[in-house]
Amino acid sequence: MPLDDRSTDRPVIPTTSQRTGGGSGTVGDIHAREPVITVRDCNVHYGDTHALKQVSLDIGRNEVVSLIGPSGCGKSTFIRCLNRMNDTIESARVTGDFRLDGQDIYAKDMDVVLLRARVGMVFQKPNPFPKSIFENVAYGPRIHGLAGSRRQLDDIVYESLERAGLLAEVKDRLDEPGTGLSGGQQQRLCIARAIAVSPDVILMDEPCSALDPIATARIEDLIDELREKYAIAIVTHSMQQAARVSQRTAYFHLGNLVEVGPTEKIFTNPGHKLTEDYVTGRFG
Amino acid sequence: MRLTTMLLLFATLVILAYFAARRRAIAMAGGHRGIRNLHSLPAHHGYYAALCSALPALLVLALWALVGDRVVMGQVITTLPEPYRSMEASELSLVLNEVRALASGQAMGGERPPELEPVAGRFLALHSASRWLLSAVVLALALAGGALACWTIRPQLRARNRVEAMVKALLIGASTLAVFTTVGILLSVIFEAVRFFGQVPIIDFLFGLEWSPQTALRPDQVGSSGAFGAVPLFAGTLLISAIAMAVAVPIGLMVAIYLSEYAEPRMRALVKPLLEVLAGIPTVVYGYFAALTVAPLLREGGEALGLDVASESALGAGLVMGVMIIPFISSLSDDVINAVPQSLRDGSLALGATTSETTRRVVIPAALPGIVGGVLLAVSRAIGETMIVVMAAGLSARLTVNPLEAVTTVTVQIVTLLVGDQEFDSPKTLAAFALGLVLFIVTLVLNIVALLVVRRYREQYE
Repeated sequence: MPLDDRSTDRPVIPTTSQRTGGGSGTVGDIHAREPVITVRDCNVHYGDTHALKQVSLDIGRNEVVSLIGPSGCGKSTFIRCLNRMNDTIESARVTGDFRLDGQDIYAKDMDVVLLRARVGMVFQKPNPFPKSIFENVAYGPRIHGLAGSRRQLDDIVYESLERAGLLAEVKDRLDEPGTGLSGGQQQRLCIARAIAVSPDVILMDEPCSALDPIATARIEDLIDELREKYAIAIVTHSMQQAARVSQRTAYFHLGNLVEVGPTEKIFTNPGHKLTEDYVTGRFG
Repeated sequence: MRLTTMLLLFATLVILAYFAARRRAIAMAGGHRGIRNLHSLPAHHGYYAALCSALPALLVLALWALVGDRVVMGQVITTLPEPYRSMEASELSLVLNEVRALASGQAMGGERPPELEPVAGRFLALHSASRWLLSAVVLALALAGGALACWTIRPQLRARNRVEAMVKALLIGASTLAVFTTVGILLSVIFEAVRFFGQVPIIDFLFGLEWSPQTALRPDQVGSSGAFGAVPLFAGTLLISAIAMAVAVPIGLMVAIYLSEYAEPRMRALVKPLLEVLAGIPTVVYGYFAALTVAPLLREGGEALGLDVASESALGAGLVMGVMIIPFISSLSDDVINAVPQSLRDGSLALGATTSETTRRVVIPAALPGIVGGVLLAVSRAIGETMIVVMAAGLSARLTVNPLEAVTTVTVQIVTLLVGDQEFDSPKTLAAFALGLVLFIVTLVLNIVALLVVRRYREQYE
């Protein structure tokens, strides 16, 4: 099929202001030690709704940044900007300066396909394809032509499953459909699928909200291990989870990034009233 | 009494019963404030009374429609003079028709025996008497039913439950009616088909390679003993259906993919209704489009290439039938493709797949069972399609796979066998029913398989 959308770029107005301090009134330090993704002055509109307002944030190598905040505060919208998944939403309009290792994510010549290969994503509900476990993991490498031979493909698939902590459970049934696994296994399959294309960054949109506590604990351990190789941003509704897995935490409120800081500080000594109210459970 | 007057009166009585019962229920409860004391709302009491008044009367009406005429005629027969009474059934029914004609005052040419005149008078009298009787019974039943229901209203009467039960019974009745109609149609076809198989062996019919349904009118006629091998007909049907599907499946599928994966909402809002227009064109119109436009075009094109294209080629009929089926396939496929969860598309896109890769590798495989089901339904439509092939396909039963030749189909043969004056005891006419039966079985099996496939798919995502 000659149909191809690799070059469909949405008009983007990059801002020139490169702030060095916080975003629009953000408390705390938005910078990462070794930034992979830098975002400055991000604004997102869905139709008439202003979903994200002047948000600036870095995501760094070998760290987990958790994004917390009440529903509808723009956390998911923010991470969907980072791999341009908002492109698929008709009414979404994204402005701001987004950089992946210095490259403009929204530049006209940015290849969305390559971008998404470098910035992987794990969704809220496990969404394995209705294919075999093997084919689920091999999907990304196949489209990007990462494997030259069947043996290389096998290696990638086994390695990804191993790193996602799933190999031991499924190695005897790689031909069975991925949809037949349990919820937690499905989510780990989706993580294996995401790391099979060797991304630099993994975005996770409430990856445990559909899972039971045991499966959640498995995934959290996994996230901690993955930190060694990848930069990870995780959206979560569970403050305990944010405290357990992340090094830095960002608190969003009604489209504003209210506060960013080391996780420990956010939960023990927040610098903003709204953050304090939220983490102490007074609302949200 | 005229039937319409009676029905109007009847309806009035039923409506009266509703309002009377409602008022009585309210009165029984001690005004609007006391409605809590009633088990059922006043409206339920009203419906209950209306149903009590309507149902028995309707039952009597239905019974009368079934047997009333026969009862009257039975009475008339007893008054016939002697020579008629000992007649055979078929002759007797002719005489009775004469009586009817006399009674209605029609002068249907020819002399009528004068002794039938009093019989006709007797028939008229009986007929009008029976009408009066019917009206009286129906109205009395309606009145009595309504009155009885009103009379029995008590606060604790479970009118709501009774109404629900009656409504349920009515609905079950309606659906069994539909099922029985299907069974009736099937039986009528089966009976005629069995008569046919009594004259032509079923093996010859199903596996015979020659079709020429001309039977001799007189025993001394030569060369028209009739051959009833249905294979060429089914081969023709399959050929034309295959051409139609070869056109409709790729185009319909691509239309569906465009509509569900690529089209912007505005484009979708424009294209979908246009496709539905295509689906709304009567097949007769497609038929003469095929016969008058497509067939000549094909022939000229074939001549230019040095090919010999028959003016009623399978290709022409198949192409046009394919166009007819496009909206069928595209709208069914569009539905199943839309039912594929967005999360699968997101998952694929987030891995860096393009829309076309996502469609080809994730969406279509996920929707495939549903698409296959839709295609099977479309095949059974193509096989049963009549008008296009009657107008655009040939009449000669030829066993060929060359789409440029004229072939005939099962439906075309059924039409030609039954058009015009026919005697219903010759194998020629009865063959139509055998063909119809086989066609029915084939499409039934296809539909069942298609529905099973579609259902299995539905279970996956719901």
